Amino acid sequence: MLVHLQGPWTPLLGRLTLQQIPFHVPILVVTFIVVAILAAMVLAATTYFGKWGYLWREWLTTVDHKKIGVMYILLGLVMLLRGFADALMIRTQQAMAVGPGSPGEMGAVHGYLTPFHLGQIFTAHGLIMVVFAATPLLVGLMNIIVPLQIGARDMAYPYLNALGLWLTTAGAALVMMSLFVGNFAHGGWYGFVPYFELPYSPGVGVDYWMWTFQLSAIGTSLGSINLIATIVKMRAPGMTWMRMPMFTWASLSTNLIALTSFPVLMVALALLGLDRYVGTHFYTAGMGGNLMLYNDLFWVWGHPEVYFLILPAFGIMSEIIPTFSEKTLFGYVTMVIASFAIGGVSWGVWLHHFFTMAAAPSVNSFYSVTTMLVGIPTGVKVFNWVFTMYRGRVRYELPMLWALLALFLLLVGGMTGMMNAFASNDYMWHNGLFVVAHFHMMVLVIAASIFGAVEYWFPKVFGFKLEQKWGKWFFWFMIIGTGWTFVPMFFLGFAGMTRRLDYIPYTQWSPYLHIMLVGMVFYVVAVLFFVAHLYVSLRDRVKNRVGADAWGTGRSLEWMTHSPVPAYNYAFIPHVNVLDEWAWRKENGLTELHPGDYEGIHMPKNTGVPLFLGMLFMGLGFALIWRIWWLALLCVALIVALIIIRSFDRDTDMTIPAHTVEQVESGARDETSVAMPTAGVRGGTVIAHSILQSGTSGISGSTTSTSPSLAPMDR
Amino acid sequence: MSASAAQKVDPAHATLWARHYAGHDMIGTRTFGFWLYMLTDAMVYAALFATLGVLSHVVNLAGGPSSSAFINPVYAYGQTITLFLSVLIYGYSMVALKNGNRGGVIGGMFVAMLLGVVYLVISGIDIGNMFAHGIFPQVSGFLSIFFTIIIYHALHIIVGVVWMLVMMIQVAREGFSANVVYRLINLRLFWHFQAVIWVFVFAFVYLQGIVA
Repeated sequence: MLVHLQGPWTPLLGRLTLQQIPFHVPILVVTFIVVAILAAMVLAATTYFGKWGYLWREWLTTVDHKKIGVMYILLGLVMLLRGFADALMIRTQQAMAVGPGSPGEMGAVHGYLTPFHLGQIFTAHGLIMVVFAATPLLVGLMNIIVPLQIGARDMAYPYLNALGLWLTTAGAALVMMSLFVGNFAHGGWYGFVPYFELPYSPGVGVDYWMWTFQLSAIGTSLGSINLIATIVKMRAPGMTWMRMPMFTWASLSTNLIALTSFPVLMVALALLGLDRYVGTHFYTAGMGGNLMLYNDLFWVWGHPEVYFLILPAFGIMSEIIPTFSEKTLFGYVTMVIASFAIGGVSWGVWLHHFFTMAAAPSVNSFYSVTTMLVGIPTGVKVFNWVFTMYRGRVRYELPMLWALLALFLLLVGGMTGMMNAFASNDYMWHNGLFVVAHFHMMVLVIAASIFGAVEYWFPKVFGFKLEQKWGKWFFWFMIIGTGWTFVPMFFLGFAGMTRRLDYIPYTQWSPYLHIMLVGMVFYVVAVLFFVAHLYVSLRDRVKNRVGADAWGTGRSLEWMTHSPVPAYNYAFIPHVNVLDEWAWRKENGLTELHPGDYEGIHMPKNTGVPLFLGMLFMGLGFALIWRIWWLALLCVALIVALIIIRSFDRDTDMTIPAHTVEQVESGARDETSVAMPTAGVRGGTVIAHSILQSGTSGISGSTTSTSPSLAPMDR
Repeated sequence: MSASAAQKVDPAHATLWARHYAGHDMIGTRTFGFWLYMLTDAMVYAALFATLGVLSHVVNLAGGPSSSAFINPVYAYGQTITLFLSVLIYGYSMVALKNGNRGGVIGGMFVAMLLGVVYLVISGIDIGNMFAHGIFPQVSGFLSIFFTIIIYHALHIIVGVVWMLVMMIQVAREGFSANVVYRLINLRLFWHFQAVIWVFVFAFVYLQGIVA
């Protein structure tokens, strides 16, 4: 039944041979050495400080949604750096390889990357940024924040949550492994048929791409089931639909998109897999295959996926802007409707990714119009944010700066998106840099929102604020880098440059390409500032400790529990009375967090099973990529066995006894009171509730304080 | 919206904390999640049926046989009867669950499982016959999706059979604990869903295949 392969194959190792390890590519050898040294240092440090037990107990086996979220975000940041390194290489190559006289290094005719190598880089860049950077970052944020915002103690299925994390991690690990064992696909992150079929791409690159993609798709689908069930079933008493915070609404909409669209991606990839492994004819040229079928199936997922990424970013902006404008969100109901309108329209626009496939004019017109329709709910959102700020008491702290950057980039990206929506325009710049610049503007909206969200919710998770100075340097260099990199890209798009070129024949484009490279230098500096930002924040963490309401003007439930959040989230589940419950309680002086008289809390126990399942899925992916059938069968058997064995485990839950809860609660209070020294941060460490106790009314008027009271909120 | 809502709530008499909160209904939550899972599986089937629609053109036969040339309706009929009977008997098993009758649950599930196995045997014979006549998924784009759909459905039946085996052991060992009950309910959803999907497979793959 299986297809015949080119090249060697042995039953024991499949297609794996020593030749598959790229000793001859200096860039990869150096990368490997650096990665190996870093890994050895991390392992040695963990052993030296005796942290293995801690790592195992507190992180690797955890089912705590906050820790899982943090691990998702760490994974996302690591992969973001990897994707950034790829971008750096692409930009360098394109700046070097202009014109027939341009020099060639390291085996390349022009530039320093061979077309095969560059192809792998831009494929990996796209895939990593979309599914292994943006998705884990956003899923991680939703993981942490949604249960807190709805007053739940955990996700609906904590075990499944951990499984989703480890499946995504397995996929990411396989992408990284493709650097050093074999190669990656080199035809673009969304794939082309029949180019990705076995006769045209006989290597393991496409298999790496396919299985890592598939693993992340499964992980994200499981995560979406979990988040939807959490939002629908786990809300605190009194939290009716119309009292849900906007980020939770956005999460619901976005996960409905994921739930319905990721299965289609699984089908698109699985059918390609059948073609490559079994020799079926879904997408082959000839033999009854259909080439456009792949494009349709892929983009039926692909476009909803775009909104899957942007809606949480909108949700983040909808949380940050009201907090730092000290006003309730303008047009809450329209915001909810707009979120779901975007989610709904997302299903009817996928054909705009290939207007040039020569569908009938009526078909192209239909998708043109639906694409433009997206602008209406998005416009509603933009105006709502602006009106939220209008006559608000706007404070330009770091989260707000990021939210404003996201808002600005959304205008640029959105307007150019409208230009792309015209099929007649798209005929001219299809596959051109104009489109690339447009969607990079949009993903930078997501990136800016994520950085804003990290700044905004960091104190909630870790108990201290990130410092402001280096963070602002990071922020401004990101803006400068964005301008220098992507404004020339729009011009090159107008000039007719197409994407993914390994050699640029027109020397008149050279200045733009060099300006873009300067932009990348700013980005590199920005990354260094980010590292400094994290380092200084960690160093000065005691100085930047905050109480429950870290920004002083928080509005939703997550600011009603301690920072950092205890394992059980809330000692008492809040009863929700209004939208913006915490703001309402502050206005009415109801900030007491109910001390004393604690009860035992029922929580799930830690388990290593999701981690092992993740490892087995990684083994399965590796076996399938290299066609090591015995290993694949073994992994499947072990996966099934492990799932069944786990289902017999009756000891999965525990109860945190009341006296432990009391200890944690009183400990949290003490920490808050001790760690509230003079404000070291520009603008002051703002503690609204402490001001409230001294008699001012509500959230207004509280934020200009530079000398907060030392009295903790819940005493 | 919020301002007006806030005015309606009297802060002096508002309930602020849900004391002695019993938590959320575990079985309901698990069942809801399983519905969501089934929605994803339904989307997989939707994509597969869409693919079947696309690949049903005469071009996609690529000179190979059309389904009217080789489909044996007797097998599909047999599969329909066994699967629906199995679902019916699983339903009786759930009646026994309501009555707290452990033996009834296990017995009903055993029969349902056996019928699932019979379904798989019929399906195996059917596919084996096709293979024997040189009708393989590799022959044409149409046959690729034809076999993919019926084998994907058969894989679900295998999962269901294994799941029933596990549940029979768990009911025998644990009785009707919350964990066992939610799994029984989810398995019922799963098993009924397979019958529903079979209706579509039967209509679009077999019936339409014979007519076309």
